[in-house]
Amino acid sequence: MNITATLFGQVIVFTLLILFIKRFLWEPVLNTMEDRKARIAEGLAASEKGAEDARLAEERAIEILREAKNQAAEIVAQGKAREAQIVEEAKNKAIEEANRIKVATEAELEQEVIRAKDSLRTQVSELAVAGASKILGKEIDAKTHKSVLDELVAKI
Amino acid sequence: MSDTNAPAISNPVEYIQHHLTNASLGGHPEALVDFGVFFIDTFLVTVVLASLVAFVAWRVGKNIDADNPTGIQNVLETIVEFVNQQVKDIFPNADRLIGPLAITIFVIVFLMNLMDIIPVDLLPALVTGVAKAFGANPHEVYFKAVPTTNLDTTFALALIVFALIIFYNIKSKGITGYAKMFLFHPFGKFAIPVNIIMTAIEELAKPISLGLRLFGNMFAGELLFLLIALLGFAWAMPGQVVLGMLWSIFHLLVIPLQAFIFMLLTIVYLSLASQGVDEH
Repeated sequence: MNITATLFGQVIVFTLLILFIKRFLWEPVLNTMEDRKARIAEGLAASEKGAEDARLAEERAIEILREAKNQAAEIVAQGKAREAQIVEEAKNKAIEEANRIKVATEAELEQEVIRAKDSLRTQVSELAVAGASKILGKEIDAKTHKSVLDELVAKI
Repeated sequence: MSDTNAPAISNPVEYIQHHLTNASLGGHPEALVDFGVFFIDTFLVTVVLASLVAFVAWRVGKNIDADNPTGIQNVLETIVEFVNQQVKDIFPNADRLIGPLAITIFVIVFLMNLMDIIPVDLLPALVTGVAKAFGANPHEVYFKAVPTTNLDTTFALALIVFALIIFYNIKSKGITGYAKMFLFHPFGKFAIPVNIIMTAIEELAKPISLGLRLFGNMFAGELLFLLIALLGFAWAMPGQVVLGMLWSIFHLLVIPLQAFIFMLLTIVYLSLASQGVDEH
């Protein structure tokens, strides 16, 4: 139970030990623990962010899907409308074509008839002149009897 | 007494006195304070324990792995976290010396106290055996294993704390602030001489109570182990075993408790010292 020179030895030993512990244990361990704490917090934040991202992505996927469905429906509707339109157009064109052909044919026919009538008239007048000259035995001057002939032709 | 290692009921006083004597250089101390003497056993045990702590600390600090803490790293991380929590609770804006100081005090005091659990005759017997082999007189060979049963050890720690108390006082208050604390505390400016005496007593009481508390507890524990060891003769053997066990179990509570108290009071004192000037 005395204070001796050991006191100084002990003070030196303890001081050295404190400095040693500070340098080689306390600071590395505390830094590591703080580092780990920070990394765990970071990881938790990242996972939370990931979950949030996933939620957003899912929402977006649903939206895209809905949009795609709408678009598909629209396209189908458009297609149907176009189909009806094409059918209608084709029908109209066919009717038009048919009418055109009919009109052309009718005109041709009429012309043919007129032409036949004309040729018939000429032939009738010639025939009439020929017939008359045969009956009368002399040349009938077509010019002098022109009015008669014309009357005849007009009657045909 | 022919054999110092056998508890001799015939001469209990000599047995106990022998066990309470340090192996020393420069003879045995003659006054309460005798700087001509050096207790080699206390110093040696302290150095061995400090080296052990330093070695383990160095190995753990070198191989520290944040992702895969194993074995001793877990133990030390737990202690570091525990001490750091205490420091944070008591001394919120502590600088980076307080933590290492606290943990070193806690660990080294704990280990030095733990030497008390080693049977009281084991280490002295070993040392005496070795010394006898070198031809020394066993009666002249002393070995007191527990460093904290020695005032030098406890006051060495208390002195370090005391020096730091003064350092932090001056750091936080300035030299004039520290002087003002002596002059005007606790009774204001009209009782300066009383203030100086009161503050000096208050400041000196801190290291003295720190040193004496630890010393008293461990010395008393050691003394009781020695008294129990005296029961080591024929019919008293069961009593020795039972009492020794009970006292060991009780002492296992005292050992970490005293280490913890020393650490806690160190933090408290330094926290108080770091407070700014307060008005009275």
